[in-house]
Amino acid sequence: MKYIDEYRDGDLARSIAARIASEAIASRHYKFMEFCGGHTHAISRYGIADLLPSNVEMVHGPGCPVCVLPIGRIDDAIRLAMRPGVTLCTYADLMRVPASGGANLLKAKAAGADIRMIYSSMDAVLIAEAEPARHVVFFAIGFETTTPSTALSIGLARRKQLTNFSVFCNHVLTPVAIRAILGTANLPNGKNILVDGFIGPAHVSTVIGTAPYVELAAEFTKPVVVAGFEPLDVVQAILILIRQVNEGRSDVENQYIRAVTAEGNLIAQRAIAEIFELRDMFEWRGLGDLPASALRLRAAYAQFDAEQRFEIITAPAADNPACECGDVLRGLKKPAECKLFGTVCSPETPMGSCMVSPEGACAAHWTYGRFRDKAKAGAIRAAA
Amino acid sequence: MCLAIPIRVEAVMQDQMARVTLGGVSKLVSIALVEDVRVGDYVLLHVGYALTRLDPDEAERTLTLMHEAAVPGLPVLKEIFA
Amino acid sequence: MTSPRLRTRKLDIRSGLIDLSHGAGGRASSQLIDEIFRAAFDNPFLDQGNDQAAFDVPAGRMAMSTDSYVIWPLFFPGGDIGSLAVHGTINDLAMAGARPLHLAASYILEEGFPLADLQRIAVSMGRAASAAGVAIVTGDTKVVERGKADGVFITTTGIGIVPAGLDLSGNRARPGDHVILSGSIGDHGVAVMSTRSSMGFETEILSDSAALHGLVAEMVEAAGPSLRLLRDPTRGGLAATLNEIAQQSRCGFLIDESKIPVRPDVVAACELLGLDPLNVANEGKLVAVIDPSATDALLAVMRAHPLGRQASFIGKVTDDDQYFVQMTTSFGGGRIVDWLAGEQLPRIC
Repeated sequence: MKYIDEYRDGDLARSIAARIASEAIASRHYKFMEFCGGHTHAISRYGIADLLPSNVEMVHGPGCPVCVLPIGRIDDAIRLAMRPGVTLCTYADLMRVPASGGANLLKAKAAGADIRMIYSSMDAVLIAEAEPARHVVFFAIGFETTTPSTALSIGLARRKQLTNFSVFCNHVLTPVAIRAILGTANLPNGKNILVDGFIGPAHVSTVIGTAPYVELAAEFTKPVVVAGFEPLDVVQAILILIRQVNEGRSDVENQYIRAVTAEGNLIAQRAIAEIFELRDMFEWRGLGDLPASALRLRAAYAQFDAEQRFEIITAPAADNPACECGDVLRGLKKPAECKLFGTVCSPETPMGSCMVSPEGACAAHWTYGRFRDKAKAGAIRAAA
Repeated sequence: MCLAIPIRVEAVMQDQMARVTLGGVSKLVSIALVEDVRVGDYVLLHVGYALTRLDPDEAERTLTLMHEAAVPGLPVLKEIFA
Repeated sequence: MTSPRLRTRKLDIRSGLIDLSHGAGGRASSQLIDEIFRAAFDNPFLDQGNDQAAFDVPAGRMAMSTDSYVIWPLFFPGGDIGSLAVHGTINDLAMAGARPLHLAASYILEEGFPLADLQRIAVSMGRAASAAGVAIVTGDTKVVERGKADGVFITTTGIGIVPAGLDLSGNRARPGDHVILSGSIGDHGVAVMSTRSSMGFETEILSDSAALHGLVAEMVEAAGPSLRLLRDPTRGGLAATLNEIAQQSRCGFLIDESKIPVRPDVVAACELLGLDPLNVANEGKLVAVIDPSATDALLAVMRAHPLGRQASFIGKVTDDDQYFVQMTTSFGGGRIVDWLAGEQLPRIC
């Protein structure tokens, strides 16, 4: 597969890893955060951690739109789906996210709610067109990668003059989230993490470009390297970050030049601006309330806004008190350091969103990497 | 969720749609977000929509940079089952 | 003078539908069994017209297996629910090393199901059974109201004879043993998914649905005493199978991703859908755990067989008290291969 296979070359990866090992200063510890869930998944699935020297550490960030969706919003979606006459269309990733009281969309479906898993927002519009007796609500989530597709599907519904289609909008913004991680002021308990740099999201950046990161990099003096999704892209980006840190730079560099430009996709940005506007405030699971961090439909599109049509008022719902997803999302704790990990919390019985989404740090660690904990656990047992 | 894959445009259809193919598997997707798509272009596909066109020159340049960064002459990974 | 013979019209297979009378046990049921099933399966047992089949059994150890098939859609590239039901149960017997003897098939039919589709399925089953050298000797049909089944559900049960001295079991893997995979993974699951319109992709991938007893017979003949266990990776894919064995045998695995054959179009379809081929169902492949001394001989025998051309030595059994299935990725790093949580692909078998 062109543009895929050549970026999965294991021999080349090991050679670049050797370069990383030779350029990483032995007395220094490097800590980099990959923001995007897709990068978390790639790092785990390909075992990239094994290629890095022990003083280069990857920390998983909150760039997983499923993981940061607050429980209250899933409760809203379940209530919507249980309404007679409503068909809720959702991405499959959301089906098992835990909501209040042990509920989730999968269980609601079993109890009779008309919930349909779809691949694309366009499918939801086509279902609405084919089934005029149903009101179809599309459960929209995602960072800027996905927002344009939702915008286009609303445009399509308008062109088709559909009166039975609306969107429950939970689209969120990336630069704001990065800022929240970097700045202590916004974090609920004042903790901060010391990362030396970021691997910037791949496909969010095809839409927003690299320009939005420039201000962040300068203000917090941390380098940001936008990287592609393939494992070689990630390895190369780590090398670039190490060089920046060694040289005391904090620039925005674009490793994903084959798909990302400085200004991004202007058609997509216009599509988003046409349909959506900023919310004053939005709750992020694990990060608390963040201002100007999420989108809602403009007044002109009120008829397609499920929140307005169904008068949804979200009741904030707290996470399980023992759940440490908040700290994991902010890179303060590793999955294995959460008390619930592997005991009460697993992909079969997720307590929090980090475990249920395949891109969540905990799910990735469980599915691909927890065999490494064994070695550490063994050492602890031996020492006891 | 952020899953986006490079895929080849086989045919440009009406209503800003295109038929794309990856390794013999084909799909009908929207190209409304990408200008001036031609047969033979590679686009990034995400949830049924093409996000951008892939630049073949930049792709080539990336690979060159990777090879330059590589430490030459490393032994190939031994077979784990000797 | 004898009473006139009642003339019965033949079933209207072209446009007829299953109705409740076909399950009532009366004349309509009998006609259905006769014109569709007996015609398609064509063997002396069914011709007797009894509710059971009685036959002599060879001496030795018998194996028995049963499975239900609820796959949707009923017809998919490379097979249908009928051929799948025959192959699947034969394969479960074959995984014990058994030579399959006879099959039984029972059907739960939905009111309104087209007779043409039922005949198509029955003919397919007859062909699959005959190609495998096994007869469907007895069966049952029931009809439920519209909406209470999805067209048709099939349950097949099979018996077979295990060669003397052969003891294959999931708890027999030992550290140091070798793992062989008979061919490419992911074909069946992807073929079925491509037929589901909600997935929206087209491909020419065919299900690998096939009866494996012939391949197994060759393997047993070549190296029977060296075989620890055989298993076919159906629902849950190779990942589920290796994890099951690890739990049963209380061991671990170390496998090499680069040794696992996957067709390029299956790789592509899995990329598109965000799936790992390791988790995708197969219906014509097997995993063998064997004594290391037999690896070369077995690979040679398997590769000479049409269903084992891509047979590959993929890994080893390890001593691991956490029963992890570890894998070296094609990239060179390590990861584990875990069961997939939840049901990603419903109604795949």
